[in-house]
Amino acid sequence: MNLRRARKLALALPVIAAVGLAAACSSSTSSSSAPASTSAAASSAAASSAGASSTSSASTGASGSLKTGLKVFVIPKNLGNSYFTTADSAGSGGAIAALTTLGETGTETSGTAATPASQIPAIQAAVSKGANILLVSATDPTALCPTLKSAMSRGITVVTYDSDAPTCRNAFINQASTAQIGTSEVDVLAKELNDTGQIAIVSAAASATNQNAWIGYMKTELAKYPKMSLAGVVYGNDDPTTATQVTQGLLQQYPNLKGIISPTTVGIAAAAAVLDTAKYRGKIALTGLGTPDEMKKYVGDGTVKEFVLWNPANLGYLAAYAAVEIASGQITGATGQTFTAGKLGSYTIGANNTVLLGPPTVFDSTNVNNFNF
Amino acid sequence: MRAAIVPSRQQQPERLRQSGLAERVFRIRESGILVVLVVFVAVTTGVQHRFLDVSNIQFVLVDTASFALLALGETMVVISRNVDLSVGSVVGLSAYLSASLFASHPGLPIPVVFLAGLGIGLACGIANGIMVAAGRVPSLVVTLATLYIIRGIDILVVGGNEVDANQLPNAFLDIPKDTVGGIPDIAIAVAVIIAAGAYYLRTYRSGRDLYAIGSNPDAARLAGLPVGRRVFTAFAVSGAIAGVAGVLWSAQYGTINSTAGTGYELQVVSAVVVGGVAIFGGSGSVTGAAIGALLLTTISSALYVLGISSFWDQAIWGLLLLVAIALDQTLTERLTSALRKRRTRHE
Amino acid sequence: MSKLIRLQSALRWETGLAVVVILIVAIGSVASPDFLTGNNLFSLGLSNGEIAIMTLPMTLIIISGEIDLSVASILGMSSALLGFLWARGWPMPAIFVTLAVVGILAGAINGLLVTRLRLPSLAVTIGTLALYRGVALILLGPNTVSDFPNAYTNLGVNAVPFTGNDMTYSTLIFIVLAIVFGVVLHATPFGRSIYAMGASAEAAQFSGIRVKRIKTILYMVSGFICALAGVLWTFRLNTAVQNNGLGLELSVVAIVLLAGVSIFGGKGSLIGVVLAVLAFAGIQNALLLTNFNQEATGIVTGALLLASVFLPNAGRLLRRLSHS
Repeated sequence: MNLRRARKLALALPVIAAVGLAAACSSSTSSSSAPASTSAAASSAAASSAGASSTSSASTGASGSLKTGLKVFVIPKNLGNSYFTTADSAGSGGAIAALTTLGETGTETSGTAATPASQIPAIQAAVSKGANILLVSATDPTALCPTLKSAMSRGITVVTYDSDAPTCRNAFINQASTAQIGTSEVDVLAKELNDTGQIAIVSAAASATNQNAWIGYMKTELAKYPKMSLAGVVYGNDDPTTATQVTQGLLQQYPNLKGIISPTTVGIAAAAAVLDTAKYRGKIALTGLGTPDEMKKYVGDGTVKEFVLWNPANLGYLAAYAAVEIASGQITGATGQTFTAGKLGSYTIGANNTVLLGPPTVFDSTNVNNFNF
Repeated sequence: MRAAIVPSRQQQPERLRQSGLAERVFRIRESGILVVLVVFVAVTTGVQHRFLDVSNIQFVLVDTASFALLALGETMVVISRNVDLSVGSVVGLSAYLSASLFASHPGLPIPVVFLAGLGIGLACGIANGIMVAAGRVPSLVVTLATLYIIRGIDILVVGGNEVDANQLPNAFLDIPKDTVGGIPDIAIAVAVIIAAGAYYLRTYRSGRDLYAIGSNPDAARLAGLPVGRRVFTAFAVSGAIAGVAGVLWSAQYGTINSTAGTGYELQVVSAVVVGGVAIFGGSGSVTGAAIGALLLTTISSALYVLGISSFWDQAIWGLLLLVAIALDQTLTERLTSALRKRRTRHE
Repeated sequence: MSKLIRLQSALRWETGLAVVVILIVAIGSVASPDFLTGNNLFSLGLSNGEIAIMTLPMTLIIISGEIDLSVASILGMSSALLGFLWARGWPMPAIFVTLAVVGILAGAINGLLVTRLRLPSLAVTIGTLALYRGVALILLGPNTVSDFPNAYTNLGVNAVPFTGNDMTYSTLIFIVLAIVFGVVLHATPFGRSIYAMGASAEAAQFSGIRVKRIKTILYMVSGFICALAGVLWTFRLNTAVQNNGLGLELSVVAIVLLAGVSIFGGKGSLIGVVLAVLAFAGIQNALLLTNFNQEATGIVTGALLLASVFLPNAGRLLRRLSHS
């Protein structure tokens, strides 16, 4: 009896110690975010005369000087994704390159699983570390909102890029108009198929917001081609094995299939590997969103004639500039405002506080080898 | 089902008789799963005849190939009453490292890369084997830990890079596509390897020892079986096989980053269980596990070919998995009681 | 004498774990001034609350000699059902009751398959992992529901009143449940019978313990708790979508194993689980806050897992190696 009580006590002591330690220390209030912005303001006041960057753009009306020394965290959907590495890195001319030019400190951080559960801790840690700006590619349009809104309420500028969280950020940098991404892919396929034939779509996860939006526009665009029809939409879940199997299933289910659109880089790479055989190459047209590096082989041997994307490095670069402009109080991110984004030139903010990078780029055999991402 | 453990000289004839019985039992169990497979294919083809098109059969065989290979390695481990959860991470690491060999040394002969992948997998398997065998700690915990550690190493090594199809030789990418008389090359190769594995497990003492260890590890140790060495070998082989499967992964998909092979471990364990290998060890066959892998791939393919609304695929898959597991269990219990009745009749 | 030995072995790993937690706190606060701030601890509680809650019934199940890999899928199914019913105008209390029933049912199915059909729990719960995730996909498909009322979603934003702005609702629920589970496991006959059946199901059966009934109850409790976790998750993120919680099961199992709970059953303590939750969350957070490469999180977790099986056996291992 005594021994049992002693054992329980002995086990309880370490726990009580640990919890007590944590509780005692937690009673100190957090002041991590405030000092950073005041020091940034102080340093920018000193540095503004040095003309850190940014030219005047007539329509902003403000003095045009940007703050320096801001702490910026670039939070892609996940780390280890070459698309985001290109968008974010200094080496590729992406977001951190822009930030360094502007005199800010940029750090890339995120989880490894491309889910909100994986991304949110990184966002929270960034806030704890005194972030002034968060550049986020949202893993989910609404799940991040509580965290992002809390950040914004602390005066942190939140700018989304590539993938939006519409109700909880100051601005969104879109790679291309959602409508254009959808319609251009259908148009590319229609051109290859002479406006005739049955096509199918290999998408990402069933609930992927970007893909679903693009597919919505694809369906509307398809209506303009009465001799084309949509056999179905299948979901590859951005997993190579699943994407491969759903593509194979399409080929079996629809013997008259003439074309496939895959608006996700994992999907188009997997579908291309499936179609890259004598039997299907050239007989079934494939297009979608792919990176030049992944598609080089397939463009080279004719499996894919044209595909669509944009330059992720420019996307990150633009997002960085927009965010610094907002954080410096030059713009608020509201529709109609304009700003200059370094080497990319001048941009105007459109509806929904969204900035468009530009029209999607169509890649084919003539230009695919010029790019290295 | 318990295999004979202690073969004394007087009991020799008895052991041979029992092994004859065991042979028959194994064969019956495998044909049980085979029957399920055949019925399933028949029903699906009845609804959608294109399911049995040559092209689809080729698809299914190629998709099954590396899966069945992994099931082979996992079976050896599970028979000995262990489990290897690190296979997915090993596939990922091997896939990237072997593919990047091509990227940095274009013109490297393909067999060299396969050997490299095998080596990487072997190293991981040896690490697992040493910890489980020498440490005598639960393999589920060890391989769960190495699942995390190896995936972590993979992520650190790969960073934000990836290897793309244009960096791999065409001959390599064609490996999953080449066929001989309509049958995919790798399906034949894997079938041969599995047959070799089955033969080894059934005939060689070191193979049969695994069953003994799985049935009753303490008794096996007392009977003088080199338990540590056998378990170590099982893990080393499982790792080496996963390494080869990783190279095949690169050949099949062409685009390799740090997410390759994620989540494979649960699929492989499912295939092994569906294939009649008892999760507590001591019984089951490699052929059964391979058929299990084939069955699971066939079910996936059927769901996609039948065009059942994509939103129902996952639930139906889960249901069919449960049915397969339950069927196998009922089959096992019927056979065990039949076996017991036979044995008492002989005594 | 045997009680003394058990005391010694129980002390060894849990104390080691407590030392690990204190080490993490120390290293973390030295490496980053933001580590022990209220804000950070609040975020920690938010991100890990649901996983922590799910480790509690998992502990009991593993001690009883089984495993449940479907926990994340039950969370996902509960979240999807919440969104599905809310979008169809059901009142929240009715939804809660439905979710509780569905969670218990899902657990009961697991329990019945394991105890009545005698299927191995590892295999069964891999199957139900897929099945329940599939149900979530059927319910919501491509849709997302994110218009839950603030009264509920505030639990992802506000702290519990009167606790000084640091404690999340999920942390509070975890603490309460941990105490309940701890008492049940360590101080009731029910708890003792769980240890007994983990040590030897046959012996337990013969000594009159109703193994099948208790295991089924444990699975039903797990189902209920995971459904609760699904509700907390959905409200915290204000999002019901089919892939909520995808992949969490391995983390839950890893934490329970980290706690020194034996995968073979029959051994382990709830205090170890609480410490393991702190360690697991602490590592991830410390790595994120410092400049240490956060991709190494998995490696650190894996290394700790290895330590959790090797260190307690270290003495025995050394003795055996010196003999051979």
